[in-house]
Amino acid sequence: MATRRYVKQALSQWMKADGPDSDVVLSSRVRLARNLRGCPFPMLAAPEQSEDVMDQLLSVAENGRLNGLGPLDLIRLSELTELEKQVLVEKHLISPNLANESRNGALILSQNEDVSVMINEEDHLRIQILRPGFQLREAWEIASKIDDVFEEQVDYAFDESRGYLTSCPTNVGTGIRASVMMHLPALVLTGQINRILSAVTQVGLAVRGIYGEGSEATGNLFQVSNQITLGQSEQEIIENLHQVARQIIEHEKAARMKLVAESRTRIEDRIRRSYGILSHAAIMDSKEAAQRLSDVRLGVHLGMLPQVNEQTLNELLVSTQPGFLQQAYGEPLHPDQRDMTRAELIRSRLAIS
Amino acid sequence: MQCQECGKRPATLHFTKIVGGEKTELHICESCAREKGELIPGAQSGFSIHNLLSGFMNFDPTGAGTELKQPAVRCDTCGMTYSQFSKIGRFGCSECYKHFSNRLDPLLKRVHGNTVHSGKVPKRAGGKVKVKREIDELKKHMQNRIEQEDFETAAKLRDRIKELEKEANGG
Repeated sequence: MATRRYVKQALSQWMKADGPDSDVVLSSRVRLARNLRGCPFPMLAAPEQSEDVMDQLLSVAENGRLNGLGPLDLIRLSELTELEKQVLVEKHLISPNLANESRNGALILSQNEDVSVMINEEDHLRIQILRPGFQLREAWEIASKIDDVFEEQVDYAFDESRGYLTSCPTNVGTGIRASVMMHLPALVLTGQINRILSAVTQVGLAVRGIYGEGSEATGNLFQVSNQITLGQSEQEIIENLHQVARQIIEHEKAARMKLVAESRTRIEDRIRRSYGILSHAAIMDSKEAAQRLSDVRLGVHLGMLPQVNEQTLNELLVSTQPGFLQQAYGEPLHPDQRDMTRAELIRSRLAIS
Repeated sequence: MQCQECGKRPATLHFTKIVGGEKTELHICESCAREKGELIPGAQSGFSIHNLLSGFMNFDPTGAGTELKQPAVRCDTCGMTYSQFSKIGRFGCSECYKHFSNRLDPLLKRVHGNTVHSGKVPKRAGGKVKVKREIDELKKHMQNRIEQEDFETAAKLRDRIKELEKEANGG
């Protein structure tokens, strides 16, 4: 078996680059949903039909049409273990839907993992671009170029009035879902978060937890994304999300300044306590880890913990997830063992940095 | 506490679901949860966007009762009926959009506030659409020039529109 870097390393290469506003925005993401003409959507497709779709789409990469993206991994989901699939979900490289429900599902993954093309998810084709920090426009531009390459090679289901036709009516039109992953500890601490998030939902955007639809917001991480895909152009959708996210960033930064100005010692105490516990605890469940890592992240950005590296925190965000922990350990772990392994991992990573 | 599924191992995962004030609790062990696919984050929610959508789709714009008198609307291509679609919240194939067309406007209006696409058009599949869009844009522009009494530019735009129209009809 090949090295399978994508399930061995917690931190994707793309996350190591510096992005704009990375003290608040961890990453920006754009995904486009597309389907092929003349084949039922994956949910209804017969095995031979979905296999044909998979072959057609994989061949676009095999024929070198995507060479501009550098070396690519072509992965059939059937080659992966359940644990490996879970790791890819935890790294946001595939969706839970592709991991759990797809038939003839496949993945085209770039070397630094910023481009992941999902095949036979809810739609035949889903092109996903991840960028570090606040880079929505850049992500859209790359996604659109890859979209053009596929469109040259395969026939898309497109309708003059409805746009790109998708399995779910919530994606029809542009098929675009753009999102930003934001760390908003100061807005949570100052109790402003609910007011801001409810305002966000009133302008056609949605707020979710770190793992998308149905997931809880842990570690003060929020994913803000567009809801409307029909009747607005991609540029309008990106611009709307960009403007709203920009405002949230400014509010968060202002709240951090206020916290430091008004209760510096209290906030520093909280941060140092969390750092102390993470550096010394022997048992750490995922919820506590998420909360304390959020405190430490805030500490890094407030300049209170110069010994901690932001990269380490980004890596721990993935490597402390249940799937990754077990994958790294080499065998399934009982939840108690998992909490011990997690504590050990965090201790060692914080000690090095 | 024992696992509700297998009754053998201790329950280590606890789910609470509150739907319309009704609270249901689920206490299960690791391996039963894995079987149910509830370990993967985001997958454990029984309430998805599709459930919400099917609520929208039962919305009957013409008034109560008409639903029953109509014969089942069915997509000829994949065989999905409209009532199946409204339960699952997903189309069976791209042709469903045509077959369910006259029922989709109220649904799309509710979800997106719009019924017509105005974004990117693919180069091949949408060749003619692209030209039509360009013609519309140029006509708007020409109108604007006429209002400004800039007839020279307006005449140039008119010629360009004629060219494009020829192209659209010929190609």
